[in-house]
Amino acid sequence: MAQVTHGHHTSMGLESRKMAFWAFIGSECLLFGSLISTYLVYKGRSLNGPYPHEILNIPFTSFSTFDLLMSSLAMVLALAAVQRGDMKQGKLWLLITALLGLVFLGGQFWEFSHFVHEGLGLTTNLFGSTFYVLTGTHGAHVTVGVIWLLTLWIQAMRGKLGPANALTVEITGLYWHFVDVVWIVIFTVVYLIQ
Amino acid sequence: MSEQAHATTGTYLRVALILVMITLIEVGVFYVPAFQGVLVPVLLVLSAVKFALVVMFFMHLKFDNRFFIFLFGGPLILALAVGISLLFIFYGAVRLRS
Repeated sequence: MAQVTHGHHTSMGLESRKMAFWAFIGSECLLFGSLISTYLVYKGRSLNGPYPHEILNIPFTSFSTFDLLMSSLAMVLALAAVQRGDMKQGKLWLLITALLGLVFLGGQFWEFSHFVHEGLGLTTNLFGSTFYVLTGTHGAHVTVGVIWLLTLWIQAMRGKLGPANALTVEITGLYWHFVDVVWIVIFTVVYLIQ
Repeated sequence: MSEQAHATTGTYLRVALILVMITLIEVGVFYVPAFQGVLVPVLLVLSAVKFALVVMFFMHLKFDNRFFIFLFGGPLILALAVGISLLFIFYGAVRLRS
């Protein structure tokens, strides 16, 4: 039986959990803003290679970007399904979202392994340091998102997630889409503007 | 303003299609030598459009309470201001050319 969770409302009539989560996302903007700014400040200041244009693989990263965009689509479809009570579709789209997140993480693992093999470590040069810290922090967020999504999917499979928990799914979606928009910026700033 | 009015499935699919098309344009622009002179501003504008589409439609900010725009937009503007300020400090001016 689905656990009924009526959200608490603030004096403004807003869901308190949702409002708190938007505030959290705001703080995440500052975290990633500082990391992206640091990358830009040190951009082009490496004294030795490998340099970005020698090592970054645009076709591969374009696929990762496509993968993450499709995961965002799957997430909104999961939320829409849960909100209308179609848990069969909800479970399917939640699982697809998590799997697409895993594909992205697999790609990032392969990319990092390839870069290390090419001689780019965390302390090799300024590019390596700022690149790994920025994309690694994003990857850690994706990992948290995948674990969160799989937890929701398991709850749904056990019948503990239903339309009454739509707010929980919506908040998970907010996190997941934020991870997506951060990648949209990283893809442009790090990969395309070299 | 209502917190519940969300977009339809058709809208989500159209937004996803636009996002994929913009990504293809971004990658295309990256490889076309004729765009090298304006590559950075073009890519930044395309990226901003993708960012806005995801936030407005997938995160439902377009349909949600305006206070959430304040909670998200305030720190976002602050982060942008910090980034631009740092670039001015380190470079003397923001470089719009690659």
